[in-house]
Amino acid sequence: MAEATDAPLLSTPLANRHRALGARMVPFAGYDMPVQYPTGIMTEHNWTRAHAGLFDVSHMGQAFLVPADGKHETAAAALEALCPADILNLKPYQQRYSQLLNDEGGILDDFMATRAGSDRTGSLYVVVNAGCKEADYAHLQAKLPSNVKLERADHYALVALQGPEANAVIAAHVPDIDSLAFMTYRIVTIGGVAVHISRSGYTGEDGFEISVRVDKVGDLWDLLLKDARVKPIGLGARDSLRLEAGLCLYGHDIDVTTSPVEGALVWSMQKRRREGGGFPGADRIQRELRDKPKRTRVGFSFEGRAPAREGAEVRVNGRAVGVVTSGGFGPTVNAPVAMGYVETAFATPGAAVEIIVRDRPLAAKIAAMPFAPHRYKR
Amino acid sequence: MTTKFTKDHEYVRVEGDVAVVGITDYAQQQLGDVVFVELPAVGKQVAAGAEAAVVESVKAASEVYAPISGEVVEVNSALESAPGTVNEDPAGKGWFLKLKIKDKAEIDKLMSEADYADFLKTLG
Repeated sequence: MAEATDAPLLSTPLANRHRALGARMVPFAGYDMPVQYPTGIMTEHNWTRAHAGLFDVSHMGQAFLVPADGKHETAAAALEALCPADILNLKPYQQRYSQLLNDEGGILDDFMATRAGSDRTGSLYVVVNAGCKEADYAHLQAKLPSNVKLERADHYALVALQGPEANAVIAAHVPDIDSLAFMTYRIVTIGGVAVHISRSGYTGEDGFEISVRVDKVGDLWDLLLKDARVKPIGLGARDSLRLEAGLCLYGHDIDVTTSPVEGALVWSMQKRRREGGGFPGADRIQRELRDKPKRTRVGFSFEGRAPAREGAEVRVNGRAVGVVTSGGFGPTVNAPVAMGYVETAFATPGAAVEIIVRDRPLAAKIAAMPFAPHRYKR
Repeated sequence: MTTKFTKDHEYVRVEGDVAVVGITDYAQQQLGDVVFVELPAVGKQVAAGAEAAVVESVKAASEVYAPISGEVVEVNSALESAPGTVNEDPAGKGWFLKLKIKDKAEIDKLMSEADYADFLKTLG
């Protein structure tokens, strides 16, 4: 998703702050983004696992699906026609992870959907990946029924505060934040600014994603960074954190060719949808649920210290059986970590494989994920 | 004692008939946290410009090219358990390998410290 193009790079409203903090900026998904701050990826990664890391994720797409009749059932039915999650039974203020599917059951993007509460009754709030957002919006515009309108929320920025001290940091501004349950949101005031705060994130840690008006995000960013428990974290550590947490990066670990079953995302398809179908590619997905898919996303652990990167071939007895889709060094597990696909017959945790790095086979094993235990607030 | 530099950000420090090869401070900063170093076998013959070692940061793998031709006479095996030494002391304890110098003329072709400093300025 970070391929170079001739198009000018977009900036988030926090770009000048990243530069002032000494960030190294790189092109990512069409945006000029901080990959790391001066202390480096390893320090940022470890800080997030021990304290609270502040991420600018304003490049991601925020939008609302607004039903003409103001009824949740109307918006939910429209979104359920495009994804395999149970949207209908979301409670007000509750959110869920899902995937937009093409007609073959391949994943166009993964996203978060939230049922609005009394602040926007009937609407669904969705957050999509930066690199996919224009295509997602075009897809939604084309597929949504006429009684559900897509409303972009480009005037909102998004930051994430992640780590074991995130709750205490927010509690300094929102005393009852501890009662906010995992995968739910609330409208609160931080530093005099109304924000949409959800208990969610993409690092495996407890934490929050905070949606705030573009003209107020700088103040919020500065306020949170005044807390000694908070440090800014770049995309480099975001990637190593999510990899250790076993979470997919769109365009790498999942794409238009992979189904949610192959992607080991069956947990995100609730029983009513798995059994009832009614989403794009349901024939393929239900067949894969019944007969197992040909390939499955798995984790890999290594005996040595050499990391395997995206694209490395996975072999069993000399035969190619899969490929690494994300790989690197996991600072928390202090060892190389990777995920990728293997033929399902080989997807047994503990099974030995070889991963080819620089033409040499590295001894590896199929590993259960996450590599670093999730510490979500349950 | 002469130290010379390449455009790929390796340094070569001449110590008698042996050259110590490592990566520059600029290179380690660009790489970020080094997590793994793959070193060649002692006795291996390398040609100038050929891959001599691999350095992996959290993000990516990068080749270390031999700035000059020669036989690998020693490698810094301490880096295998402490790869972060490359970040902490690239010009000192973070060296990669020692080459028995084959052709001194190859060294003369490399950049001086002042030339390398000027070269870095062109990189912005």
